[in-house]
Amino acid sequence: MKRPNAPRALPKKGTALRLIKLLFKFYPRLLPFTILCILINAVVSAIPSVFQQKVIALIEANWRTGDWDKVSGQIMASVFTLAGLYVISLIAGFVYNQCMAIITQGSLKKLRVLMFDGMQDLPIRYFDQHEHGDIMSYYTNDVDTLRQLISVAIPQLLVSGVTIITIFSLMMYYSIWLAIVVVGGVTIMTRVVKKVGGGSSKYFMKQQGALAKTEGFIEEMMNGQKVIKVFNHETQAEEDFDKINDELFRVAERANKYANTLMPILGNIGNILYVVLAFVGGALLLLKVPNLSLSGMALSISITVPFLNMEKQFAGQIGGISQQINAVVMGLAGAGRLFTLMDEKAEEDEGDVVLVKCRELDGRIVETTEHTESWAWKRTDKDGNVEYKKLEGDVVLKDVDFSYDGSHTVLHGVNVFARPGQKVAFVGATGAGKTTITNLINRFYEIQDGVITYDGIDIKKIKKADLRHSLGIILQDTVLFTGTVMENIRYGKLDATDEECIAAARLAGADSFIQRLPEGYNTKLLSNGSNLSQGQRQLISIARAAVADPPVMIMDEATSSIDTHTEAIVQKGMDALMAGRTVFVIAHRLSTVQNSDVIMVLDHGKIIERGSHDELIAAKGNYYQLYTGAFELE
Amino acid sequence: MDVIKTLSKSIREFRIPAMKSPVFVVLESLMETIIPFVTAKLINEIKAGCGMDVITKYGLVLIVLAMLSLSLGVMAGNASATAATGFSRNLRKDIFYRIQDFSFENIDRFQTSSLVTRMTTDIQNVQLAFMMLIRIGFRAPVMLIFSFTTAFIMGGRMAWIFVAVIPILAIGLFSVIRMVMPLFRAVFKKYDALNDSVQENVTGMRVVKSFVREEYEKEKFDRAATDVQKDFTKAERILAINNPLMQFCLYVVMIFVLSYGSYTIITTRGADLDVGQFSALLTYSFQILISLMMLSMIFVMVTLAAESSERIAEVLREESTLRSPADPVMSVQDGSIDFDNVSFKYSKTAEKYVLSDIDLHIKSGETIGVIGGTGSSKSSFIQLIPRLYDVTEGTVRVGGVDVKAYDLKTLRDQVSVVLQKNVLFSGTIKENLRWGNPKATDEEIIEACKLAQADEFVERFPNKYDTLITQGGTNVSGGQKQRLCIARSLLKKPKVLILDDSTSAVDTKTDALIRKGFKEFIPETTKIIIAQRVSSVQDADRILILDGGKIQDIGTHEELLGRNETYQDLYYSQNKVTGEQATDAANKGGEN
Repeated sequence: MKRPNAPRALPKKGTALRLIKLLFKFYPRLLPFTILCILINAVVSAIPSVFQQKVIALIEANWRTGDWDKVSGQIMASVFTLAGLYVISLIAGFVYNQCMAIITQGSLKKLRVLMFDGMQDLPIRYFDQHEHGDIMSYYTNDVDTLRQLISVAIPQLLVSGVTIITIFSLMMYYSIWLAIVVVGGVTIMTRVVKKVGGGSSKYFMKQQGALAKTEGFIEEMMNGQKVIKVFNHETQAEEDFDKINDELFRVAERANKYANTLMPILGNIGNILYVVLAFVGGALLLLKVPNLSLSGMALSISITVPFLNMEKQFAGQIGGISQQINAVVMGLAGAGRLFTLMDEKAEEDEGDVVLVKCRELDGRIVETTEHTESWAWKRTDKDGNVEYKKLEGDVVLKDVDFSYDGSHTVLHGVNVFARPGQKVAFVGATGAGKTTITNLINRFYEIQDGVITYDGIDIKKIKKADLRHSLGIILQDTVLFTGTVMENIRYGKLDATDEECIAAARLAGADSFIQRLPEGYNTKLLSNGSNLSQGQRQLISIARAAVADPPVMIMDEATSSIDTHTEAIVQKGMDALMAGRTVFVIAHRLSTVQNSDVIMVLDHGKIIERGSHDELIAAKGNYYQLYTGAFELE
Repeated sequence: MDVIKTLSKSIREFRIPAMKSPVFVVLESLMETIIPFVTAKLINEIKAGCGMDVITKYGLVLIVLAMLSLSLGVMAGNASATAATGFSRNLRKDIFYRIQDFSFENIDRFQTSSLVTRMTTDIQNVQLAFMMLIRIGFRAPVMLIFSFTTAFIMGGRMAWIFVAVIPILAIGLFSVIRMVMPLFRAVFKKYDALNDSVQENVTGMRVVKSFVREEYEKEKFDRAATDVQKDFTKAERILAINNPLMQFCLYVVMIFVLSYGSYTIITTRGADLDVGQFSALLTYSFQILISLMMLSMIFVMVTLAAESSERIAEVLREESTLRSPADPVMSVQDGSIDFDNVSFKYSKTAEKYVLSDIDLHIKSGETIGVIGGTGSSKSSFIQLIPRLYDVTEGTVRVGGVDVKAYDLKTLRDQVSVVLQKNVLFSGTIKENLRWGNPKATDEEIIEACKLAQADEFVERFPNKYDTLITQGGTNVSGGQKQRLCIARSLLKKPKVLILDDSTSAVDTKTDALIRKGFKEFIPETTKIIIAQRVSSVQDADRILILDGGKIQDIGTHEELLGRNETYQDLYYSQNKVTGEQATDAANKGGEN
């Protein structure tokens, strides 16, 4: 059973902290440096009003004199200081903008890699339980929300925060009375941001959910578009789509309405605050109320005027913060989801037996780095004593019980003995548990009861990577990767030469059709080889397994999509491929399994018959029925 | 321009909010430029030592203006939100409806994933750009012009500084954008490829793990991700010049106004410039630069959205290649099928014919088996019958009437195909089956499932026919899925039933039971069965062997076994019967 989509809930508290910690871990030096630059830039950008103020005061005091030379020294001193500050601010601004670009993209990349690396180590069960589209959206939607958060929102918040503090300190410096008025205005603004901004975030989250739902629906319909046509289901599909689409419209409209109105509301509260300040300032001046300020300055026009300007800047910064609310909320929600992926538990591997290449010297097994045909299991005990065991391909399942979910048992007391070089076939209806057995041998899943041994070693004691290296699997659903045909075959053995790959393709009977492809072995495969037929893809996957040359092979419906004519041609290659190996075969076509050493008939997770083809036919049991039923020899 | 024409058709009922928004925005911007004008006056008055009455007067004017600006702003925000999200809703709807109208040929032209992207990401981009356009797109120029004009009115010739600085800034901003756009376009392609490779890994995880290629995949991903990172960083670093550039211009103006301005005031004793004008200049310089910044932002958004628009328009412009005729035949007489010298290729420009010279006449109620290797065009052959594709030459008739004369719905209701690449949809089993017939009763559904040998396993599910099928039908096995698909087609009660390799994952025994049921319960229905297994077709009335798009042979099982080498090969390779039995069978075939 797949789990429903992870809910798009508002972010948890710890997420922000964890994200920040992670960013510092990514850039332990560059990030603090960048923040420093941001702070310098913000502080320096906030100060100029002081110097403007000085200049204005000087002008006011002297403009009637018309004597420039008298004041030019003082004015120019202010202007030059200002210019100096500007230069600092510019440099800091340039540097932090450049650094932020590096940090943003670098962090996103590191996050992606962390996620991907973690994902590679997750057990197969995880992929069974999660919708693939859902996993994908971690990499697309969620990472994208983080881009906005890191590159825009965080610097903006820092700048705004610092500017607000700086300006507020300046305000206190000039007049505490007026600053109190500003505090009142800010309180109202914060209320508005909470209400409108909160509504906006809420609906933006809902929009993300509606968007995901729409995307899922579209994807499903587009995949089944031909079926829709065949069943004249177009009108119904359109009606269903309208419902989902209208819902998306409804929340998107609400979300954007909230977001769009926040700015005008805040801006104009700022304007009104301006009026109130002018009014209060004027009143204080007129009534000659003694000023209260950090500077001890008396209230004058030269204070009121810059104060009004500062108020504008102040309101602007609050507006700036409010514009980032959605980015922050959505970015943190995205980060939260990424963390859930990263926190998934990796596949456990407690095995210590490893696979090594070996040579036999005087009946003793010697480990070697040379390329040999033989392999051995190597086990090192606590005292460092090394023990070797030749790899033979003897696989035994003893009294194995298995359940995918812990409650419905899929396999009951399964016993399988595959002697080295034997061909063991599984036959049975769909859902009888054939594929499940092979998934247990390579430990995609853990058994509940019983034991599986490989050359007498419990497979739990073998390192998973080495266990899987020793098994070649051709899966029911063929998966090929983007890349050339050659690269796909080489996937089986990364250091294989072109010749080895071609030889493997020949063995699999794939060579002739590959030769006929537009660019032969260099033909690029589109997504999952969609430019090939199902049968051709299976042939390539057989070649891929062949080049790996594993001692034990598992073929799960390896030839089901190859037409029987081609199969007959491939058969020789397949026989060659299977020769000398232990092979497990699953097939619907009984013709494919007839020549097996042992055939196991499975029914509802139990082995109900076993024996060679002739034995089973003679027994006139289930296999016989299947066989005769298939060919209807009445 | 063509793109805009195509897309703008989808605005429809949102035309009014789309027009309201710019009007409100212009008025709002007007207010916003008047407000500092008034505040400057107020400051002058305060400085002149005015009384509280003057402050109150100005204050009231300002509050009224602010309230006006606020309501206009809110109205503009609401209108633009409705217009933009409504527009994108209509676009999604129009694309979806257009795709529903597509023929198979049209569907083949687009990749599923690309259609999904067009309807999600691309439309989101257009929505965002559209909203910016009808809000900031009007706001920025208005602000620019007003600020510019007022700067001149108030600041006099000092305002010329803007004329000097603005071109520098404009050239700077736009050359940054010009440099960055192609970089972004290129990197977005790489980014898509990166995500595709993740997708590939998620679906192919079993292969990755079987071959123990986790580390290899990690390295591969790291390389691709680093590549994307490099390109993105490059583009964003160029883009990051914008901000300091704007600050630089602002600072130049400030310094100039402060130094030259104070010089002018003092030397002319306030004649050429007074203190009020002086501070107004400082205010407007800020506004002018902000509006330029907004303009450059819109430019980026619109250019990015242009690409998306193009991709959306491509779908909207795609005309269906198949339509019902003007005066269609509304009923199908019987299940007879005639191919009169039919040739077919998938596109007019293709050189090779997929099917050639097919001349075949099938009686109503006949069962026809179709056999042939991969690439022998079996699927193409049957898809011509319900007119999923149009023939290139010749005629296909069903019930004696050219398929092109039928109403498409009528024809496809009567000719039911179980496609090779079949799909179940998320929903209950019952809901899925009702695709065949929305009005089917529960009894009819069970009956169809019994015939398709699906009833038995459905009954074993805890929720039986109400069991939920997950997206893509992943919670039923391949064979179960195929049987449900057959049942779904049976519910149509068609005159012609076509199975395109639809029992490949069903075991032979069940397969045989299905065919037996067909024979007993729907004898009048014409059945065409494509299969890989000879056993699936050997009891058909006639078996058609296709090879390279041509009919190689047609006859009964016995006839073909007697005379056709391909068929013999196929039969023996699958049955591995002894030589003796083979001769027997061949002899029997000869006798018939």
